[in-house]
Amino acid sequence: MNDRFNLYRFSSPATFYPLAGKMIPWFIAAGTLFGLAGLYIGMLVAPTDFQQGEGYRIIFVHVPTSWMSMFIYLVMAFWAAIGLAFNTRLSGMMAQALAPTGALMAFLSLWTGALWGKPMWGTWWVWDARLTSELILLFLYIGYMALVVAIDDARRADKAGGILLLVGVVNIPIIYFSVKWWNTLHQGSSVNLTKSSMAEIMLWGMLLMALAFWMYSIAVALARVRTIILERECHTDWVRAELTGGKA
Amino acid sequence: MIHWNSFSDFLAMGGYGLYVWGSFGVTALIMVIEPIAVARQRKTTVARLKRQLRAESRSTEA
Amino acid sequence: MKSRHKKLALIGGAIALVGIIAALVLNALNSNIALYISPTDVAQGKAPQEKLFRIGGLVKEGSIQRQADGVTIRFAITDSESDITVDYVGILPDLFMEGKGAVAQGRLLPDGTFKAQEVLAKHDENYMPPEAAKALNDAHVRGVQRQAEEEAAKAAQPKASY
Repeated sequence: MNDRFNLYRFSSPATFYPLAGKMIPWFIAAGTLFGLAGLYIGMLVAPTDFQQGEGYRIIFVHVPTSWMSMFIYLVMAFWAAIGLAFNTRLSGMMAQALAPTGALMAFLSLWTGALWGKPMWGTWWVWDARLTSELILLFLYIGYMALVVAIDDARRADKAGGILLLVGVVNIPIIYFSVKWWNTLHQGSSVNLTKSSMAEIMLWGMLLMALAFWMYSIAVALARVRTIILERECHTDWVRAELTGGKA
Repeated sequence: MIHWNSFSDFLAMGGYGLYVWGSFGVTALIMVIEPIAVARQRKTTVARLKRQLRAESRSTEA
Repeated sequence: MKSRHKKLALIGGAIALVGIIAALVLNALNSNIALYISPTDVAQGKAPQEKLFRIGGLVKEGSIQRQADGVTIRFAITDSESDITVDYVGILPDLFMEGKGAVAQGRLLPDGTFKAQEVLAKHDENYMPPEAAKALNDAHVRGVQRQAEEEAAKAAQPKASY
């Protein structure tokens, strides 16, 4: 019974709002530290690659942004499922707060991929399964954001957006396994939970950068969700107090 | 420890400078713009909500 | 509080996006999702006739040669079962090398050669410093040598006892 109480407490916007405010500086600090360490190792210490020379260093932004673009979508779909199942108010707000960051990560994944593909493969773009499914992910993010702003009633917007998110989640395994399932120009994954085909120091640089992007995404999404909470809960007493208190 | 012999080597990235810095530059740009946009959005939203609140309290007092 | 026009535009945009997504997915399914087919597929007659398609595999060791006209490059793409001879005029990507992956788009000529309009390099997922790659390669060469010596020794043995 106690667990339930806590769960409900933290999923209430009134408790989550100050909590998020307190967490943001920590995530910014952690993100900055991981980012500096990752850049130091990746850009200054890590050796040249035997095939791609110095060009491979694009991996230190390409892989973290690609991972985040997929992971953020999964988190949004998780919140959508919670929202549709339990009708919690905070879930829809969380999904909305994550969407722009996810879209930017998908865009950066495609952008850095294009800049990497041109010198190495010989093309900015090719319609292979990996690249196409990542482009579809970007469209899913944009479609979700357009759908949510197009519907005035917030609860209905959450519901419609949530359904779109849950339908679109099939795209995530397609992106991830595309390089295994079909012939693609994109190579297979260098790293998964059990193996890595990267030199250790390169792998460290990449993992640190991935952590930095993770912290960054959490910080931005938390900051965004605080604004959304104020906006959508502005009829409540605590938001009124927060606003008239001056420092909201 | 440091892989590079000179700063110009570092910038040139073995001839891939344009591609590498094009990737890192746009990523950094977005990571600067996005937080600024979020902060601005917050400011305008808070200002608007405060205005609304004042307007409401005036109309109830009147 | 939003204007009707803005709402209509947004909904229209969302529908257009879903349409684009559906079109992309259908297009991908239509072309079988695979970006390229292998030389063996071509040998088995799975290649489309009179249509652009892509073949992929490894660039055969020792097969790259510049033709007499000075601009055409001829090489073979292999999947270690079948080979296809590819003719190409144009710029090759940095990673185009013998023994490495490549994908070529073009048409199959009646004489069985592939006339490519575009050649892309496909690299693997390994990242390591050149010294590590050299050490790996040396170890591989040593391994192959040792195996060859052992086989030679085995083949020699019966003769010696004979």
